[in-house]
Amino acid sequence: MGCVESMNYEIVLRDASFKESREFIKKQFREYLDVQPGFKVFDTHVIGLPPIAIALDGDFVIFPFTKPCHGTFLLRIEDKEEAARLRALKK
Amino acid sequence: MNNEAVPISRDWSNVTGEPTTQPATALLVLGCPQVPVQTSIALYLINRLKKAGIVPTVAGNKAANTLLVVADPDRHYLGEIMDLDRAVVMITEKKRDFDRCFVFIHNDAGVTYAGTMSAISKAKVYTIIYGEHYEDLVKQLDFPCTTIAAKSVHNPLPLKKALDEVAPWAA
Repeated sequence: MGCVESMNYEIVLRDASFKESREFIKKQFREYLDVQPGFKVFDTHVIGLPPIAIALDGDFVIFPFTKPCHGTFLLRIEDKEEAARLRALKK
Repeated sequence: MNNEAVPISRDWSNVTGEPTTQPATALLVLGCPQVPVQTSIALYLINRLKKAGIVPTVAGNKAANTLLVVADPDRHYLGEIMDLDRAVVMITEKKRDFDRCFVFIHNDAGVTYAGTMSAISKAKVYTIIYGEHYEDLVKQLDFPCTTIAAKSVHNPLPLKKALDEVAPWAA
């Protein structure tokens, strides 16, 4: 796993506030977990207002990614191992 | 001649025997530098903190940090500067923390970073909010922090006034 920005990601949502991104995840995905800021997804410590919702959709992980000048994006990355790791944390 | 044995101290900075204390520290979390007042207020705040004996560290993205470095080439004001993502990692992994944390906010991402700092750091968080939509941003704050806010975009004086009223360097 490398830097998120160099991974093969798909942007699910852009130009939304962080709170709108969280609501989007909870509305659009049946499977998600709430984590605290600083939680590590792939190689990144997630930024966000707690609780931060991370969705799982099969082998896909959907999570918020915030940059100071560009706001929050919801990214979707396929990674079987990371999805399994996160799924295990729900139990 | 006094032949009385004198204990040898290797800590020459503490010749009085008084307990040493670490200086207070502050982290300035910069936002996107697209609103001009940020760089000006950051340098002003750094100056006030240093005069109060507080050691400031700046964390921003490359553009925000470079604006400061170019404005202060001889480092009269600036001390340590680090990448914002690196600061988040270091605080999250408990390798570093600060006594005060000032988060510059003029957009939703700024609020998000402030909420993150409030959650991962033990620092007292100050949110410095400015720009056209500063009132909407203030309403989004739902975590413990001291808010310093003014409708400053190009003119830093309203924000400087709000900062002086709170005087976080004296708290």
